[in-house]
Amino acid sequence: MISKEEVAKIAKLARLELTETETEKMQKDLSSILDYFELLKKAPQNKNFKENFYHGAGFLRKDESRQSGLAKELLLALPDKKDDYVKVKAIL
Amino acid sequence: MELTDLTITKTHEGLLKKEFSAVELAKSYLEKIKKEDKELNGFLTITEDLALAEAKEADRKISLGKPVSLLTGIPCAIKDAILVKEQKCTCGSKILENYIAPYDATVVKKLKEEGAVILGKTNLDEFAMGSSGENSAFGPTKNPYDKTRVAGGSSSGSAAAVAADMACYSLGSDTGGSIRLPASFCGVVGLKPTYGAVSRFGLVAYASSLDQIGPITKTVEDCKIVFDVIKGRDPLDSTSVESKISNFKLESLRCNSAELSQISNLRIGIPKEYFVKGIDIEVEKIIKNTIKKIEERGVKIEEISLPNTKFAMACYYIIAPSEASANLARFDGIKYGLSEQEKNLLETYLKTRGQGFGQEVKRRIMLGTYSLSSGYYDAYYKKAEQVRRLIKNDFTEAFEKVDLIISPVSPVVAFKLGEKTSDPLSMYLSDIFTVSVNLAGLPAISLPACAGRPAGKTDNLPVGIQIIGNHFDENKIFNMAIEIEKLLK
Repeated sequence: MISKEEVAKIAKLARLELTETETEKMQKDLSSILDYFELLKKAPQNKNFKENFYHGAGFLRKDESRQSGLAKELLLALPDKKDDYVKVKAIL
Repeated sequence: MELTDLTITKTHEGLLKKEFSAVELAKSYLEKIKKEDKELNGFLTITEDLALAEAKEADRKISLGKPVSLLTGIPCAIKDAILVKEQKCTCGSKILENYIAPYDATVVKKLKEEGAVILGKTNLDEFAMGSSGENSAFGPTKNPYDKTRVAGGSSSGSAAAVAADMACYSLGSDTGGSIRLPASFCGVVGLKPTYGAVSRFGLVAYASSLDQIGPITKTVEDCKIVFDVIKGRDPLDSTSVESKISNFKLESLRCNSAELSQISNLRIGIPKEYFVKGIDIEVEKIIKNTIKKIEERGVKIEEISLPNTKFAMACYYIIAPSEASANLARFDGIKYGLSEQEKNLLETYLKTRGQGFGQEVKRRIMLGTYSLSSGYYDAYYKKAEQVRRLIKNDFTEAFEKVDLIISPVSPVVAFKLGEKTSDPLSMYLSDIFTVSVNLAGLPAISLPACAGRPAGKTDNLPVGIQIIGNHFDENKIFNMAIEIEKLLK
């Protein structure tokens, strides 16, 4: 069983605020799901496995800036702005 | 016969023969949605002005007498995880409740270029995370065959809309079964294309190594028509590739005896791991009967083994949430969407995400964060990626022996609303026959093996049969699917 403290730690890493009830339910749910994941221990070892998560296609474009023509629309979606700048809280 | 009963091909014929106009057609659909969707809850937004403007333009094009696309003037619906410019895109989430899409997704742009008429945006499990449609922040979609049951998820509204004649076709997205499962539960056709076959630019990302956009339609032929329009390489999605899949007309193919004899030359594999304990007896019977009918048609059927199938669920529910935890980091209350302004940045993040995300989304972000966190990465994420390779290898080996694989889509028919909401693990198990296909990047279709009847007439609920093909073998799937469709008529 995953501990309450562990749930709180993961929630903070994930930037999620959980209520007391949510934390309790999460503890229960995560524990039973993680128990189910134990099944993977029975899977055959894959000796030739290289950590190369390449799933078929993939092309890299040149790292060049291009005009999206969307600046106005994107600015409209900002919850908080000043002129054409994104407004964020001070972090220092 | 109502206009809204027609398939894409029949509607197209009607438009060309001037039996009805595109505006009349759009109005019939809009009326039907307004009348019937209050109960079904398949739509989150009705884009009436857009639909009527597009229909008017389609009528103008048709009146010029020049050839028009099969999709010109045909009304469709788009899953609300796919952007349609200047329309809301909520993703079924409170966090995007008032978000307006700044541009069109590539698939939407392609449909618009063909003269499509977009009726609205369809309901879904929040951020496409769910198997029943019940995780939408705006209420569940109900199954048109039985309104006490789920439509299946996550593309719940897209499947229900087509099944209830509220759209001629729709687009959905499929990360672990989200097109095929609702298509199966609602008795319509749904295709999850090969990974890379269709651009995902403008699809709100859930799990990027698994997500694909695909069509939901009334017939296999319609499915092929929409797929041919949306597929292809897009510079804005680096995983998309130029399709080696040819556009051919199924109509002519059906008269071509050489092509037909090719169908009887096909070898079909039936994976024994897909017919095990837990599958509903009726579902098993229907699928096996269908397979028997195909065999009688001269198709060679053989049993195959996909030995690592039993690990697929655990593998999927580590990989998909891991990718989701990274993808959903963008919802921070700063750039767009809900913003709960607090005294500092961390508090703003915590509050915005805590208030904005629903229970299942939180659960998956937590699972993903856990699986990727220091100390657990090797045991979970890395292990799952290793097992994913084994699952993929199973299919590679199988496709050396057979051309296509046939299985059920789901072990059960559409379940009751609320039946599985309290137990996430039992909900996850609804995806048991669909997730392997995404893990291996393969194409697969769901089509009705038992059509089901509208509610009230019988308690027969639709059952879908799944045809899985090798990478970019969509045309082989369509050929087989059209045969099955004919056999069951």
